[in-house]
Amino acid sequence: MEAGRTVLEFRDVHTHYGPVHILKGVDLTIHEGQIVCLLGGNASGKTTTLRTILGMVTPTAGEVVIDGEVTNGWRTAAVVARGVSMVPENRRLFKRMTVKENLEIGAYLRADDFTADYERVLEMFPVLKDRLAQRAGTLSGGEQQMVAVGRALMARPRVLLMDEPSMGLAPVLVAQNFDIIRQINEAGTTVFVVEQNANMALSIADYGYVLQTGRIVLSGTGRELLANPEMRQAYLGEVG
Amino acid sequence: MITIDMRRMLRWGMTAGGVMTFTAAVGMLEAFEDRLLIYPVLSLGYLLLLWFVPVAGYQSSNVAVLEGMEAPPRGLHNVIAGAVTGLVGGVVLALFAIVINAFDLRDVFVPFSLKLVGLLTYGLGVPEGLPYAVLAPAALGLVGGLMHLLPASVRRRVILAVEWVVVVALLEQVFSQILRQIRLEVVADRVFTLKALEWWAALAVAALVAAVAERTRGGFGRMRERLFAGDPRQRTRNSAWMAVLVLVFLIIIPQLLGSLLSEVLANVGLFLLMGLGLNIVVGLAGMLDLGYVAFFAVGAYTVGVLTSPLSPRFTLEWSWWAALPVAILTSALAGLLVGTPVIRMRGDYLAIVTLGFGEIVRILFLSDWLSTTFGGAQGVQNIPGIPLGFTEVSGVGPEGVLYFALFFVLLAAWISWSLQESRIGRAWTALREDETVAAAMGINIVRAKLNAFIVGAILAGFAGALFAAKLGSVFPSSFELLVSIIILVVVIVGGMGNIPGVAVGAVVLIGVLGGPNLPGLLAEFAEFKLLIYGALLVFMMLRKPEGLVPSVRRSRELHADELTQDAWLDKSGTLAEAPGGGRGAG
Repeated sequence: MEAGRTVLEFRDVHTHYGPVHILKGVDLTIHEGQIVCLLGGNASGKTTTLRTILGMVTPTAGEVVIDGEVTNGWRTAAVVARGVSMVPENRRLFKRMTVKENLEIGAYLRADDFTADYERVLEMFPVLKDRLAQRAGTLSGGEQQMVAVGRALMARPRVLLMDEPSMGLAPVLVAQNFDIIRQINEAGTTVFVVEQNANMALSIADYGYVLQTGRIVLSGTGRELLANPEMRQAYLGEVG
Repeated sequence: MITIDMRRMLRWGMTAGGVMTFTAAVGMLEAFEDRLLIYPVLSLGYLLLLWFVPVAGYQSSNVAVLEGMEAPPRGLHNVIAGAVTGLVGGVVLALFAIVINAFDLRDVFVPFSLKLVGLLTYGLGVPEGLPYAVLAPAALGLVGGLMHLLPASVRRRVILAVEWVVVVALLEQVFSQILRQIRLEVVADRVFTLKALEWWAALAVAALVAAVAERTRGGFGRMRERLFAGDPRQRTRNSAWMAVLVLVFLIIIPQLLGSLLSEVLANVGLFLLMGLGLNIVVGLAGMLDLGYVAFFAVGAYTVGVLTSPLSPRFTLEWSWWAALPVAILTSALAGLLVGTPVIRMRGDYLAIVTLGFGEIVRILFLSDWLSTTFGGAQGVQNIPGIPLGFTEVSGVGPEGVLYFALFFVLLAAWISWSLQESRIGRAWTALREDETVAAAMGINIVRAKLNAFIVGAILAGFAGALFAAKLGSVFPSSFELLVSIIILVVVIVGGMGNIPGVAVGAVVLIGVLGGPNLPGLLAEFAEFKLLIYGALLVFMMLRKPEGLVPSVRRSRELHADELTQDAWLDKSGTLAEAPGGGRGAG
């Protein structure tokens, strides 16, 4: 998709857990309508980045800008109300609530009628129609992923954050998952994916960043990064 | 192939012996020996001593009927197993009798008296009575074993009949009161002698129960199925009808029961109010609050201080109605004050901190520092009743309190039901399941928790206001930690997160056993109340952790694995009707 104006920006963001320095001056720019991915190994600060966007972690320096407004210190609810929602790592559904209840919780902050989005989610994932009254914990991994994505979409987000969507899914489901991401993006939602599965993520991303121990070490369009020899060596499993 | 499992018999026998020895050792046998249940053959003491033996005798050779397998043959081996089990239990009990006969342990264990030896040996003493002490349990174990020989339907009916006889004998007070109220004193006098059922009346009750069971043939089960299965709309309508029926019943019942029993029911109402509040905090929002009594105290003291002419500081003498909004406000404020600092804690830590706050509140009311306002240990006295225009509701007329409490319980039940079904209720459930993700959904965790805390506090404050008017005085000693714990037990035993469950829990625990410092229907058990509470709680946690009336969601949580299996079985269509086997130990 063509890049529009900036919807989400990190300006030299630093975060700490206690005295431990996690993000060490991260700059990111996400334009409207893009799929942007953030790659990185374990403990590189990927999840912290998402938590910082959502206001669950407050930057110790720098600015998080959503839609032109500095959101440092905002409550999570305020950020979500701004149109940012998340598919958490490992899906983390409310396992003992039904599928329908899970979807409804996704629209928690919305005062308007969300029937249209509910219909849309069920259209996107027709399998869920038969599962609405079933508790979410009994679904298969793939179906749980659908509920998690559906739950996030119920907030009608402008930016959808996804934390390692391919983790713990069978290869077929991973591919399916990235199809869904593309589909959501084509419907007009900006998507920010955090992934370890670099190949898959870069193949659909408009732009990618590589995070290493709290610093962005590489960035570029998906194609550039896929072609980058350093990148290939470090993340795509090529022996150089 | 029939095998007699010696180890199993021994295990059940030792268990039975342990239960009997424990019952005797804590003094239950001695305490209830005079309370006859069936005149002149059975006293409550001996029932408590021996009831477990036939259960153990039955269980020691009970083999579950497995699906798709041939039912194990039943026969003489079951009877032998029962008898051996009873015999082992009897030997344990006889040894206990010998020990307390030989050594004088009364300095340490007060109930270990020669009188107890006499009771254990049926008045014959050691050693003449020892054979009886052994043989009586053996005979009862044999009876338990014999039950295997009866067809399942007959066995169920026999058990049902026995249960009913015990219930009628135990609740003699209720039944004779009802008979008297409907002008059947003659019958009451004939059937009950010395608070016990006449032996022929016991047989008649058993026969009646068996006959009714024969006539209905599981008709009640089918009726319940018809009522609660089916499509949801039909079910809602049926539930509504049931609610109306229960309501009519509750309106009539005080007229039948007389004031003593109405008093008991009024206490049930008070605890139900608090239970509903705690159910929101613990059952829905998942915060374990052990200082819940603090809000009850705040509500009661507010009403006391504002309405009593003997209030130590103020002489406002407001009417109860004027004091009520203030009581609700102060308890909400207390909820906010206690909640704000502790709400960020989770689980065990929250429990400990709230426990501390609960004690602090009680100690403040007790303190000299505040005694000029709250009267210290003397409390506040002469609290007037609730003026209703034509009459005044107070402890003198428990029927009035009962109606009044009933009204507010219905109100509270309606409020908590609508909260539960609302957006905020969903938020509570979500944050109980996964706090972090709930926050990511935009739920303001702190506010949602604080809301739950405050709603709970308001309901408790409300109960406190009623309590003050009912009792006419408030003392710090009415607000001990025990009250918090008992309300929690009511919620847990009844069924956490479920309004009918809390109601059943309150009726069973507060109504039948009695609350803290409050008599229940079985007032005789006062001394052993907490022991029974504890035993019941342990039993429930092991066997039925979702409570007597479980909420759908709660049982999903606790039996997740089984449900997954069931779902799988359902899908493959192999889940046959479960066989109605033994009823478990209890």
